[in-house]
Amino acid sequence: MGKSRVSAVNPKQKGKYAPKPASKWGREEETEFFANRVKLFRQGKISEDDFRRFRLQNGAYGSRLHAGYSMVRIKVPGGEMTPEQLEKIASLSEAFSIGSAHVSTRQNIQLHWVQLEDVSEVMRGLVDVGLTTREACGNTVRNVMCSHFAGVCPDEAFDATPYSKAIARFLLRNPMCQNLPRKFKINFACCEKHGLVRVADIGLVPTIKEENGKQVQGFRIYLGGGLGAASFIGHLLEDFTPEDRVLSTCMATVRLFDRHGNRENMARNRMRYLVHETGWEKFQKMVLKERIAVEMTTATATAKMYDVKSEEDTRQLPKAPRMTKLPMLNEHVNRDSPAYERWLHTNVVPQKQEGYFTVFITLGAGDITASQLRVLASAIRDFSTEGVARNTPQQNFAIRYVRGTELSEFYGRLATAGLANPGALTIASAVGCSGTTSCNLAITNSHRLAKEVQRKFLELGLDTDDSLKNSTIKVSGCPNSCGQHEIATIGFFGGASRIGGAMSPTYTMLFGGSAGENGELGKAVMRVPAKRVIDTILKIVEIYRNERAENENLDQWIGRIVRGQGTASIKNLEDIKNALSSVIQLPPQEQDPDAYMDYGSDAKFTAKTARGECAA
Amino acid sequence: MRRLKPVKSSSKKTQAKEHAKLPIVCDVDMLRSLIRKKAVRVVDVRKAEDYQAGHIPTAVSLPLARLLADDKPETVVELLQELGITEEMPVVVYDDTFGALAARVAWTFQYVGHPNTALLETTFKQWKELGLETETKARTYPKTKHPLNVNKDMYADAGYVEAAQSQQGKLLVDSRERLNFLTEHIPTAKNIPYTMLGANGNILRKAEELKRMIENRGISPDAEIITYCGSVGTLSGLAYYALKMAGYQNVKLYPKSFKEWKSLGKPKEEFKEANYWDLSAE
Repeated sequence: MGKSRVSAVNPKQKGKYAPKPASKWGREEETEFFANRVKLFRQGKISEDDFRRFRLQNGAYGSRLHAGYSMVRIKVPGGEMTPEQLEKIASLSEAFSIGSAHVSTRQNIQLHWVQLEDVSEVMRGLVDVGLTTREACGNTVRNVMCSHFAGVCPDEAFDATPYSKAIARFLLRNPMCQNLPRKFKINFACCEKHGLVRVADIGLVPTIKEENGKQVQGFRIYLGGGLGAASFIGHLLEDFTPEDRVLSTCMATVRLFDRHGNRENMARNRMRYLVHETGWEKFQKMVLKERIAVEMTTATATAKMYDVKSEEDTRQLPKAPRMTKLPMLNEHVNRDSPAYERWLHTNVVPQKQEGYFTVFITLGAGDITASQLRVLASAIRDFSTEGVARNTPQQNFAIRYVRGTELSEFYGRLATAGLANPGALTIASAVGCSGTTSCNLAITNSHRLAKEVQRKFLELGLDTDDSLKNSTIKVSGCPNSCGQHEIATIGFFGGASRIGGAMSPTYTMLFGGSAGENGELGKAVMRVPAKRVIDTILKIVEIYRNERAENENLDQWIGRIVRGQGTASIKNLEDIKNALSSVIQLPPQEQDPDAYMDYGSDAKFTAKTARGECAA
Repeated sequence: MRRLKPVKSSSKKTQAKEHAKLPIVCDVDMLRSLIRKKAVRVVDVRKAEDYQAGHIPTAVSLPLARLLADDKPETVVELLQELGITEEMPVVVYDDTFGALAARVAWTFQYVGHPNTALLETTFKQWKELGLETETKARTYPKTKHPLNVNKDMYADAGYVEAAQSQQGKLLVDSRERLNFLTEHIPTAKNIPYTMLGANGNILRKAEELKRMIENRGISPDAEIITYCGSVGTLSGLAYYALKMAGYQNVKLYPKSFKEWKSLGKPKEEFKEANYWDLSAE
């Protein structure tokens, strides 16, 4: 009885255009194989270590202090998802997880607390809709990211999406990537502003160069960046890498990492350490030399497996109807503005395609329920000419190709399911890794904190203050940067400190990080008790408002403080530390025991961690 | 969409005497055919007002709450008699949730001695969505005689569960949702959340799918399994039938479930090392 099928096709569907066929990443036989390995492991026929490696290679990450459960990480190359995929994930989350799904900071979708014995069932469902968990964890090439603006960004040279998918397809299951020293991350941008190219092992920014009067497509490629307990900003390999050398450049880099990467010391085996220890100039020469070797030795048949053409979306999308009056995206709004106007202002941006807009769905630290996923899927079918969604590293969804004439109707549909909250493109959209909700390494509940920040900021209407709009808040539950705290304007990573004799959850606050091609890493400022983080940020905003130069945004002001160039009472990081010292004070524990507990907990705080699952 | 066939009255009175032996789950076509032959008692376990607003033709009303108010076997047999159910008569039960309420009623009927009871494969909502016939007429049937024949093999109480915890070959299954299970459960229990039992509009998945999912858990085919849930044995009633569908012969329901277990002050297993509730997007 196809009840879901009946309701899946909306009779009023506006999608007159052929839906985009889903890319096929998953393989049926791998699900069966996984189920059998689990049985063998349970029967004691596979060692714990061997099984762990296998499990991670296949995208099942152990859950916090409970190895019987997995976080299933669904790889979504470029973040692009069809409505059918969203609906399937909805059903899988209800059947085998906790009834909600989670957008990660690297465009994966994660299902938490799945019983290990059900992981193969989840995989089976994913294969039905073309998805895979293969090589989503472990020492592999992880999900290949691509800016969610790629293809619609007014500042991009060309659409990087098909390149990102082609490289993802080439490397997935490729024997050269099955036993790397450690994980490996590749990120594509659309333009110099958007994308995480400087904090990846390989980051690529599309660009066009004129050669002999001809326009040649290519990339600026950055190598050796990455976030973690010790982070590095990637180095530019060369001014211009033509598109026909993208594959050999990536292969050369992976090969060098495979050969020279540190296999002894797990704490220093990401490629960024290799680059750092080798020295950039030497590593750069090695890559350029290795690339020649790759180009000379790669069989044509192998090179043909990297097929950008076949990943292109060749559909001709219709032009959007001309609007007599443009939506008031830039009109000034405040907390009391009508909800729709506030949403327009903070969640909608025009595309380079005239009349089309990209709409962002504000989620709380990436959480979305099964029923919300279904509403989203049907709304995409009815309102996005492109017919797909992209999930974003800010843990939201971007729905592109929405006609300006239909924004208000689209808003109405989203609002029926709590999906029309404002603030997606503002400081209110705080990022939070999963923290102690499911991760072995986490010390604090960063996930809940990010949601609390968002709730408070929306309540105060900080999303409507344009001077805060370009600033970001990102929270990790430990120093390992899954919450990308080092590229936040104000970032936080969790730890434990003794305060007045009591072990308490605290966060180290960082200032002045940024993403994009000119991205910088944040600088540590001070430790803040978990329950004082929100007040601390609000105090910073207050100080900024008093001290800013004319037309200066929060991120610009913070940048100036980091450089020690403040012009009013706060000159540098030392000054801001002093200014915040009273906000971070906790009353004695007897007076306010709650202040010493972490979010989501009513028990005394203890820092409990176990072996990380990031490395296999 | 299925084409509607009118409900015709059977001309052969003898037909009613040859009783169909029902499978665990009765599909829509089979039920409609039995209704046409007047060879089935359909039991609607939704609230009385829902029943009055429309129900499957010929169905009688037995709201779950009424059964739960007093589910002593003697009382349940009186209910069977009141609903005009004879000893061999096929009985098909349906609800409007996802089969759990129907399962609890069906289990109780079988427990007191009416084995020829089945669950309808779908819910009333889906029955309507398929465009199938309904009626508003409240049905009553002449009172019957029904023997009391308690099937103890289907039932577990707290003492039985406690003993089973340490017995080889016996397994406790908690059918509540994952986060409730993680928070606290009866020690040694395994979690098979009710949410994984149904799919695509069916209250239960196909037998081979259920079998595969349970086998994945390494549960031996000859294991004795006791199901329980939060309070009154509805979710675990559905799990009871899912296990039966999957081919497990020896299944028991602990109808008083975790609520009673806790009220008796018996030990619980808790997991407080993670803030998993904060993953909910509510």
